[in-house]
Amino acid sequence: MWIRVLAAMLAATLTAIVILSFQDGFKVFVPGLLQGAWLTVQIAVLGALLAVVMALTAALAKLYGPLPLRWLAVAYIEIFRGTSALVQLFWLYFVLPQFGIFMDAFPVAVLALGLNIGAYGAEVVRGAIRAVPKGQWEASTALNMTRAQMLRRIILPQAFVAMIPPWGNLFIELVKSTSLVSLITLADLTFKAQQMNQATLQTVPIFTLVLLLYLAISLTITICMRFTEGWAAKGVLHGKAS
Amino acid sequence: MTEMPMVRYENVSKRYGAFTVLDNLNLDVARGEKVSIIGPSGSGKTTVLRMLMTLESINGGTLWVDGEPMTHMSKNGRLVPADARHIRRIRAKIGMVFQSFNLFPHMTALGNCIEAPITVLGMGRKEAEERAAELLDMVGLSAKKDHYPGQLSGGQQQRVAIARALAMRPKIMLFDEVTSALDPELVGEVLQVIRRIGAEHDLTMLMVTHQMGFAKEFSDRVCFFYQGKICEQGPPAQIFGNPQNERTRQFLNAVLEAG
Repeated sequence: MWIRVLAAMLAATLTAIVILSFQDGFKVFVPGLLQGAWLTVQIAVLGALLAVVMALTAALAKLYGPLPLRWLAVAYIEIFRGTSALVQLFWLYFVLPQFGIFMDAFPVAVLALGLNIGAYGAEVVRGAIRAVPKGQWEASTALNMTRAQMLRRIILPQAFVAMIPPWGNLFIELVKSTSLVSLITLADLTFKAQQMNQATLQTVPIFTLVLLLYLAISLTITICMRFTEGWAAKGVLHGKAS
Repeated sequence: MTEMPMVRYENVSKRYGAFTVLDNLNLDVARGEKVSIIGPSGSGKTTVLRMLMTLESINGGTLWVDGEPMTHMSKNGRLVPADARHIRRIRAKIGMVFQSFNLFPHMTALGNCIEAPITVLGMGRKEAEERAAELLDMVGLSAKKDHYPGQLSGGQQQRVAIARALAMRPKIMLFDEVTSALDPELVGEVLQVIRRIGAEHDLTMLMVTHQMGFAKEFSDRVCFFYQGKICEQGPPAQIFGNPQNERTRQFLNAVLEAG
């Protein structure tokens, strides 16, 4: 099973981090990098929550909303997919203040990355909803359910299973793009690494640790998604082809 | 004044682009009547049921259910196209069973049968479960109520689907080729259930079927569809014993030869 391989990789990564953090030449960097990694995790988790909410909202609005709402959803998806996350960060952090809207760097980071990934996620959600067989809609109609009842009780629970693997990709994408927030003054993992590197020029130990820390975060996400997938599939595919 | 039919198709037409599926269909089904619809594929017979279930729009004419227009509603003494609320109120009288079962795969047999009574009718869980258990018992599946669709045979799934539709207490039941997706040895158990509900309930039933033997024995009336029109209709004895129309004869010969 892949989950074993993943778990072994995560264990090896964490062990390597622990061993290195006791080595001379490495251990001075560890507290600072862990601080940075913690900020990275915070931005990633909050950004992911926002992304899921935005993706669901935008997908449902695009599929079933009244016309103005549909346009709004399309505009949101296309704008945030069609421009780079870096430009979006800069816009929120440096351009909006010109119009009198000021936000701290941390909420800007969560907002920009959450909206960016949410725009991709909206298409994932939409695709998964469309992939639910037509017969499920027809059966729900025959039982006289409203559109909202069908979505909530019948369609979304089934679409959920199909959404999980692509969401795993998006979450990892999100973790990696958090490195951009170093450009709007946030001291995330990448920022800390660059700062220490400029001060000490100890490139090998610093970026070895950084690599391992990012890998540990991503592997944790992948493993969590695998479990969620297994759990959700169990709920939908009882006794099918197993 | 005679009693209004349970279902009335009044000059109903259905087109897909330039292709006419149903051409000015007029059909009355009386309360409690069992009508079988037969005919070659592409003759529009499934569309007849799907329009009544509101799964297909109609391009012309009016559908009446239980004395009321379904596709239209009266407003200031005039008939205007029906709104969603009106359609839902009328649709509550109709249940449907599909060729491909369409059970909800993430719910048990019991879960499938209590879902709509609870969410749509607002029934209490306990009452819904009791009624569902009765219905599952009637279709011979009380032992399987906690099984998921994926754990049931096709015949069992279709019987759950029948119980699920009946749980909404419809006045009209539509059966759309409900045995066509089944292995031959499982057809009998489903037909047996349909026979039973036909006898026990005062249901109006419309079924599209390829089971000529069953149509002959079960229905009050058989309609033979050909190219979007009712080509011939009458009591089963006439349609199967002494068809008047050449097309009907050809169709029945072809079907009966195939066995």
